[in-house]
Amino acid sequence: MATYTLKINGSTKKVDVDPATPVLWVLREHLNMQGTKYGCGVAMCGACTIHLNGTAVRSCQLPVSAIGNSEITTIEGLSKNGDHPVQKAWLEHDVAQCGYCQTGQIMTAAALLKTNPNPTDVQIEAAMSGNICRCGTYLRIKDAIKSAAKQK
Amino acid sequence: MEKNMPSHSRRSFLKSSILAGGGLMISFSSLAKFRPKGLMNEANLPEQWYEITGYIKITPDNIIKILNPNPEFGQNVMTSLPMIVAEELDVDWDKILVEMGPHDNSKLGPQFTGGSNSIRMYWRPLREAGAAARQMLRESAAQTWGVPVEEVTTKSGMLYHEKSGKSGKYGEFASKAASLPIPKGVKLKDVKSFKVIRSSQKNVEGLKIVTGKPLFALDHMQEGMLIAMIQHPPAFGMKLKSFDAAETLKMPGIKDVFSLKLYEDGFEQGGFDTRTFNDLLVVTGNTTWEVMNARKKLKVNWEPISDTKDTMAGRGQKREVIVPGGLESTSTHLAKMAEYAKKPAQQLRKDGDPETAFKNAAKILERTYNAPFLAHNCMEPMNFFADVTEEKALLIGPLQAPGWIEPTLSKILKLPADKIEIQMTRMGGGFGLRAYGHYLVEAAIISKKAKAPVKLVYSREDDMTYGIYRPMYTATYRAALDANKNLIAFHVKGGGIPEHAIHANRFPAGAIDNYLAESWEIPSNITIGAFRAPRSNFNAAAEQSFLDELAELMGKDPIEFRLELLKRAKENPVGKNNEYDADRYAGVLKLVKEKSGWNNAEHKKYSRGVAAYFCHNSYAAHVVDIVKKDGQPYVERVFSAVDCGVVINPDAAINMVQGAVVDGIGNAFYGGLTFKDGVPEQNNFNRYRMIRLREAPKKIDVNFVQNDIDPTGLGEPPFPPVFAAVANALYKNTGKRFYNQPFINDLTKKS
Repeated sequence: MATYTLKINGSTKKVDVDPATPVLWVLREHLNMQGTKYGCGVAMCGACTIHLNGTAVRSCQLPVSAIGNSEITTIEGLSKNGDHPVQKAWLEHDVAQCGYCQTGQIMTAAALLKTNPNPTDVQIEAAMSGNICRCGTYLRIKDAIKSAAKQK
Repeated sequence: MEKNMPSHSRRSFLKSSILAGGGLMISFSSLAKFRPKGLMNEANLPEQWYEITGYIKITPDNIIKILNPNPEFGQNVMTSLPMIVAEELDVDWDKILVEMGPHDNSKLGPQFTGGSNSIRMYWRPLREAGAAARQMLRESAAQTWGVPVEEVTTKSGMLYHEKSGKSGKYGEFASKAASLPIPKGVKLKDVKSFKVIRSSQKNVEGLKIVTGKPLFALDHMQEGMLIAMIQHPPAFGMKLKSFDAAETLKMPGIKDVFSLKLYEDGFEQGGFDTRTFNDLLVVTGNTTWEVMNARKKLKVNWEPISDTKDTMAGRGQKREVIVPGGLESTSTHLAKMAEYAKKPAQQLRKDGDPETAFKNAAKILERTYNAPFLAHNCMEPMNFFADVTEEKALLIGPLQAPGWIEPTLSKILKLPADKIEIQMTRMGGGFGLRAYGHYLVEAAIISKKAKAPVKLVYSREDDMTYGIYRPMYTATYRAALDANKNLIAFHVKGGGIPEHAIHANRFPAGAIDNYLAESWEIPSNITIGAFRAPRSNFNAAAEQSFLDELAELMGKDPIEFRLELLKRAKENPVGKNNEYDADRYAGVLKLVKEKSGWNNAEHKKYSRGVAAYFCHNSYAAHVVDIVKKDGQPYVERVFSAVDCGVVINPDAAINMVQGAVVDGIGNAFYGGLTFKDGVPEQNNFNRYRMIRLREAPKKIDVNFVQNDIDPTGLGEPPFPPVFAAVANALYKNTGKRFYNQPFINDLTKKS
């Protein structure tokens, strides 16, 4: 066990955990932040996507010991009232079916738009194809990203 | 805590307002436009609600809440079912609150999600509940005002008496209305006058979903709760022999390791009780990560299971079923299926004299189709929270049919049903798998043994290798043509491991004079269960591919060929018990033909395939348009036509059909679980290929047949015909017919 001071969503959190613990489980079970989802544990589905210094990463494969001073943003910190342009676009397009994968989808999309405010279809496909939606809401995900890009 | 006024005979500890993880259970129907004054969360919602029918609660200051009775797994019933109530209650949709109801079949009906039945089975009860509540409110206003009830009208949650100029909000009369008997046979609205139904409304839980609120049972946390994981055998056909947990118990955060039996010997399994692995080797501890890691340190000896006898007491007569021992492999499955396909089979339906017709045929077309086991792969892996004591049981989690599993729990826990509370959480997918509650039973007995509240968690690998798959299927279709290329006989012989997929009374039965349907089955220890449109998902794939090839042989357009058969089935049907309505079936074909511009030259760049199917009381047809992308066939566009009667929430219904199309394309191209010596060869998404965004079509144009027929299913019907529409379009694109799912295997095979 070791103590880590993590910068998460603009505040500092202390946790005492095994160094190998993935950030996913630190968030979910030590910090009670349940918006980041467990889907596969092997970085193949994207449900656990968070931002590390603004870049989308899969938190299930990211040991807490590797974080250091990097800043973590989770879905809980993406916006105060669910009004990030990507979240608003998700609501406007009524994207979700079961909804389980959507926080991961939103985090990946938000990171994409941060670096590329007007992505092409091909760029959206490349950025989003690491996130599985079992319900098949991909068309709406794509449309919502395009709407969010226009809002920015 | 909320109080129901007046009090009802509801179970003493049933608290409808508590949800997993302290999530807000109440959802606002309108996300942005409306917030009842000061009511931003559950904490400051009013305490006193007057219950008017089991589905509606109203406060004196006119806050109206509608309960969703049915489990939500993405089909959007949290929104669409309350919309039905709101319509008849005559309230504005954007001013109501929606809450997931408690499990209480006596009050809230059947409460199961499956068979595309949610809307269909609640259509009348919810309209009647809304209409009855409106009538009770009118009655109570009439009594208060001293006027005849016939003269009391309603509009948008208000009551009016025009002659006296009196008016009032529903809430002012809720107290009195709640004390009145629930009237029966109240006149329902005319379909033509709907205001809420048939208008697109956003998902009531949309804001919670996009902000990551703890809606799912896997998010449930509570003080003193243990995490439990089960180590199941590495292969089907194996069981626990012995284990050494010394290393595991030394790991940090680990509480205990023990084994216990899911069912005791001789347990009579109900229709939805499944038993994949009966000996549970359980690790409990403080956190999921710790338990996952410690579980790897277990030293376990497994041993093969010989043939075992199961007693099945659900769905039909009580019977003994022999589950074979042995370690099964896909290669031997395929060989065995080919062998069984040649043996005599069970006759399911026969019309005319197919044997003679085939003997006299000028030409016979015979084709065999195969499909693998499929894993459901719900994004939220199986899990359940259980807090079981000697006196009572509380269970919180994702479940499609709490009423089906409660009797099982009652037997196993030796608790009466009124001491068992099952809270239904939003499910991260279900697709049929969560109709089987084995993981709930496991959580319950683990909690009882551990004497602690427990959250049972399946890892993705556990989830994918635990069984209850879509069965493995095969079917051989034969068609006999006379010298003039007329279709004179049709024969389907289908089999499966361990179940076949044939629906003998469906199209084209009824359209062909000489018809024979047969089936056979091979027992297996690989467990199976419902998977989105069970049986239909293969039946449609095979039959609709065969009809395409048959139409080509006969020199006919595939849509016109189907319409000719349907005309025959309508005007002069062959045999009895034909399950489908030929007019509605033809209707979706005509609509998809029109919307896709089927024979228009402008679509020449596409390789087009069509297929249609009837299942779960609804009709669906698709035209799939394939182009080459990076040298590979890619489904760029799909046109869909669906007849499911009245569409409650049009935009959400479109979402559902688009999802079914994507799911169908994904499974047709990539889906499949294979076995080697009892071991599933895919155990996570690195080996089990799922459709990705880049492989989804650019456009899915969804069209509904407009009619006023009572609504039928939508979750399943659009799914089965996708496979064949893809196969038929692939043929146009590649010149090759695709007989074996997943199609990617033949696509990547070097010719």
